[in-house]
Amino acid sequence: MIPAPQLPLSDVRIALGGPADFAGWRSAARRLLLDGVRPEDVAWEISEQAQETPSECRRQAGITVPRSFLERSETVICHADPARFGLLYRILWRLKREPFLLEIASDPDTRTFEAMDKAVRRDLHKMRAFVRFRRMVDEAGEHFVAWFEPDHFIVERNAPFFVRRFAGMRWAILTPHASARWDGTLLHLGPGADRADAPDADDAEALWKTYFRSVFNPARLKVKAMQAEMPKKYWRNLPEAALIPSMISTASEAESRMIARMPTTAPATHRKIQARHWPPDKIPDAGGGEDAATLAELGAAAAACRRCPLWENATQTVFGEGPQTAKWVFVGEQPGDQEDLAGRPFVGPAGKVFDAILEEAGIDRTSVYVTNAVKHFKFEPRGKRRIHSKPNAGEVRACRWWLDKELGLIRPDLVVALGATAVQSLLGKALPVTKLRGGTIEREDGLKVFVTIHPSFILRIVDPQDKAAERARFLADMRKVRALAA
Amino acid sequence: MAAVPIREKLAILADAAKYDASCASSGAQERNSLKSKGIGSTEGMGICHSYAPDGRCISLLKVLLTNFCIYDCAYCINRSSSNTRRARFTVDEVVRLTMAFYKRNYIEGLFLSSGIIRSPDDTMADIVEVARRLRVEERFAGYIHLKAIPECSPDLLAEAGRYADRLSVNVELPTDEGMRKLAPEKRPDGIRRSMAFLRRKIDEESEPSTRSEKRRTFVSGQSTQMIIGADATSDAAILERSANLYGSYRLRRVYYSAFSPIPDASHALPLRKPPLIREHRLYQADWLMRFYGFRQGEILAGVADGMLDLEIDPKLAWALRNRALFPADVNRADRELLLRVPGLGARTVTRILETRMHRRLRLADVARLCGSIAKVRPFIIAADWTPGALLDAERLRERVVAPCRQLVLL
Repeated sequence: MIPAPQLPLSDVRIALGGPADFAGWRSAARRLLLDGVRPEDVAWEISEQAQETPSECRRQAGITVPRSFLERSETVICHADPARFGLLYRILWRLKREPFLLEIASDPDTRTFEAMDKAVRRDLHKMRAFVRFRRMVDEAGEHFVAWFEPDHFIVERNAPFFVRRFAGMRWAILTPHASARWDGTLLHLGPGADRADAPDADDAEALWKTYFRSVFNPARLKVKAMQAEMPKKYWRNLPEAALIPSMISTASEAESRMIARMPTTAPATHRKIQARHWPPDKIPDAGGGEDAATLAELGAAAAACRRCPLWENATQTVFGEGPQTAKWVFVGEQPGDQEDLAGRPFVGPAGKVFDAILEEAGIDRTSVYVTNAVKHFKFEPRGKRRIHSKPNAGEVRACRWWLDKELGLIRPDLVVALGATAVQSLLGKALPVTKLRGGTIEREDGLKVFVTIHPSFILRIVDPQDKAAERARFLADMRKVRALAA
Repeated sequence: MAAVPIREKLAILADAAKYDASCASSGAQERNSLKSKGIGSTEGMGICHSYAPDGRCISLLKVLLTNFCIYDCAYCINRSSSNTRRARFTVDEVVRLTMAFYKRNYIEGLFLSSGIIRSPDDTMADIVEVARRLRVEERFAGYIHLKAIPECSPDLLAEAGRYADRLSVNVELPTDEGMRKLAPEKRPDGIRRSMAFLRRKIDEESEPSTRSEKRRTFVSGQSTQMIIGADATSDAAILERSANLYGSYRLRRVYYSAFSPIPDASHALPLRKPPLIREHRLYQADWLMRFYGFRQGEILAGVADGMLDLEIDPKLAWALRNRALFPADVNRADRELLLRVPGLGARTVTRILETRMHRRLRLADVARLCGSIAKVRPFIIAADWTPGALLDAERLRERVVAPCRQLVLL
């Protein structure tokens, strides 16, 4: 019987200058494609003598391919599989008729291409991770040498990374098929080397091994997870890997030792530390504020407020701000995102509008007291943002305790309720702001409450004309306020 | 007291730092040493330089400046009432160690934290000094993550932010109530205020301004860590806290750290194996919130005890409870729905959407894209496949779980 030939004889033989000679492959492929040579008729080989020169005149021939194909081919060509050159040419060939070939994940060529791309990228990444330099000293000072065994032809492609990272030192990376050396100014690429060409020890390795042993938590042994990321084939060039077997075998013993060990009595220093740094009055407690005599005392007590659950998700209590002698008190709804972060009322977008209008109305912001009906920010998280949500009646009622105390200490001539929540808090029930707007209501205790909208309402209006009109109305309200207390 | 050799200090202070789960070295602004002729680079994606047998990556030199501490947090090996051995690095020692390790390509950079000695400001000042010396004197351009000591002065935080790529403040426990019990001296509100301060600084810096051409001068992100299983908080409450933290402080990551028995543990704590699977499920749920369009409330909606299913992943558990939304047709369904199919990752969904513009997908195509089809099959329709009654089968959970479990055993 005559055995069938394993491979058909190829018509065209292409010799490339090296295992990852992308320029050579590119120029040959361009020529083959223009000549209409079918992929199955090309045989690719590597030869040191080969010299494919990029042919400029051919460039005008106008072969276009997706940019991602070229970029990824530069990676794929580093793969160790001898079939890579043929695969790349076959894909190039097919791209003429199937421009979306690389988007079709179910195509066998695309799958092989992707798998090779991934394998080389992983190899590049692992080389960046697992190269271990050893320090040597010569007449010019210290330099560093590493021995590494990559799976693919990646030294040349990876060398610039090491240059960018270790520009300030002299180093060399030796591998079986190629080497890279940086002298502090220039990168030299050279032939493969032997393990014996690299130093076999470094003083710092003892420290590194100490570190490796110390960061291991025996209670969390997950050997498979480790090996998935650091396969055994790399271990022989990793100084720390020699420790792994014994660390694994003693792990469960170390863990049970930790668990079995009885809690011990605290050392003597502990009591000294407690007495010195944590006297009982230094540990804060919630509540208080009943007998606060100043706004500052009241604000300090409010910082620990737990009267409703809103404190749980907010950063901090945002208390009122302004002099205790203020004639006017402005009450908003609740702090917003910015107020919550800064711990101060009216510093966000609505606060800016409010400040500007107050100034136009001739009211000195520093002479008034500004506060909110509710003193913690209520919100719904939405990804990386917080969406304001309206405080409910219970929260308003709970926080009214603080507002009453503030008003009791200040005894203002006039309180301005900004929006529905402030009205609800000051007047004890939900009332329509639009109807009461611009008017003053006298409470049973004689406190005068002027009603208007919340300045954030102006911000929410989209139409510029409506916005300007609303702003003007608010300004008119503020002028009225000024006249009332004058 | 005799001087402790550096190797022993390293053993003590690395051991003391390892309970912090944070390891990321990615997300830093890109930079290298070509111009400065210094040492170091960051190129977006971090690199894990080694892996310990606990499966955790080793990417940074993660140490404490000292493990002396005036706080007495029950879950912490360094609490003042613990009998653990104590040590203290000098600023110089940490700088030299970092450079020695970095030059040998052992690490991506430094993660420096500390027990709190004297006062938060004194401690933070030493941490900042290490970072300053690395950046200014050693021209170090690698990654630096500093732990912000809560309640230190804003000036020190601001200075730390100029040298570091990331700052983090640990919220420690999911609830303030838990903190009051287990870490009585720590002030949760102080921790939140520090995070709020950092977010405002990060926002200010990312604002496109007249200085937009200038390089960023403040950290690009902050993260935090919560200890899981030291108190009785439910998973639903933990996820709610996480969602709030992500929304409030622009966190890059919330790390969940299964409470691990520590040598010389306190009486206040459960002495048992750490709940590693629970930790894993929390990370999966966290991912669902951040990359799969799930709202926090949805993930555990309808689960009475508010705990994630330990046996199956949270997406599969959710899909089993919401079968009415399936099957999803891989050739037609929108991205949002495909992202909710158990077993389909974000990348796989992207590839499906790309491919189906040119070809109709069969079940085998989907199988090749997603690795394991067992979990996916009941929830999808493909060109040659419909799950029929399979989706409504009473024993669907068992049928899906069994093959998944076998895979784990292999």
